[in-house]
Amino acid sequence: MKFLTTNFVRCPISKCDNSLKAFPLQYKNCELIQEELEFNPEFLANILDRLNWEAIIAVAGDLGNDSLPPTKPENVDPKDPENEQLLKDLHTLLIETQITEGEMHCGECGHIYYIKSSIPNFLLPPHLV
Amino acid sequence: MSRPEQLAPPEVFYNEDESQKYTASTRVQHIQAKMTFRALELLNLSPTEHFILDIGCGSGLSGEILTEEGYQWVGMDISPSMLAVALNREVEGDLFLSDMGTGIPFRPGTFDAAISISAIQWLCNADTANNDPKTRLKRFFNTLYGSLKRGGKFVAQFYPANDEQLTSITSAAKVAGFGGGVVIDDQDSKKNKKYYLVLTAGQAENQV
Ligand SMILES: [Zn+2]
Repeated sequence: MKFLTTNFVRCPISKCDNSLKAFPLQYKNCELIQEELEFNPEFLANILDRLNWEAIIAVAGDLGNDSLPPTKPENVDPKDPENEQLLKDLHTLLIETQITEGEMHCGECGHIYYIKSSIPNFLLPPHLV
Repeated sequence: MSRPEQLAPPEVFYNEDESQKYTASTRVQHIQAKMTFRALELLNLSPTEHFILDIGCGSGLSGEILTEEGYQWVGMDISPSMLAVALNREVEGDLFLSDMGTGIPFRPGTFDAAISISAIQWLCNADTANNDPKTRLKRFFNTLYGSLKRGGKFVAQFYPANDEQLTSITSAAKVAGFGGGVVIDDQDSKKNKKYYLVLTAGQAENQV
């Protein structure tokens, strides 16, 4: 699972629907890999608007990276060569950094979702549906 | 031939053998590709819309097309065997083991659009005592609506077993807030007739 996805995934249990603690999930005991993938500056510039930067920082912290800038880069023009390094850094972090094994904990209900062979398991036991 | 929905729940029907057979069949590949391109045509995305959810992504046949078209995607499927095949084929999208009937696990406004190929009729199945189709359809459409950005579209090719299923699917979508309806291709051909649900999640902010 790409780091990017951690910025969107939340606890699917219905009693957590309106909780601010069901996002972001808390990441524990994670194994990471870097996978080389095609650089798409337009996509990154577009998705930047949608990112919750506080959650990016929180999850990066869970995964042992405390070196991110405290505020989100704004109005990034993907065609401006001055932004190339920034977009490449975002590409490395959001797209190429992937969680292969680990746990995601919901801050509201405490349910643990497991990531195995890069695939998060969101199947719910019957009593939580 | 029986419909797979009548044989067993999807995670049981698409076991390891079936998943590999399904994915290796050139007939299946051809039909799935055709329907994926048609779904994309109906989505009619703008050049900046790039983050797509694929519901019932299976072994990634539709996802590979999304990648070729330059989209980032996340795929959900209830069958571990199908996802294992997708993993082996090294698809680029993120894969989620997840049951669409229990909710789409993404925060509001995550996706530009969503597609689904040959999957949502499974929501109408009552496989176990816990599977009430009404509850599952409601949960699915409500959480899907939330996970799309305003004005985001959802196109789903599906196989309704009868008119009753068609009605329960479209009315659950409407109750969730979606606008739109059903497009039927090759209406007069029993063999090639295809149903596409074409929905929009509210209005885009810049149009209000
Ligand atoms: Zn929760």
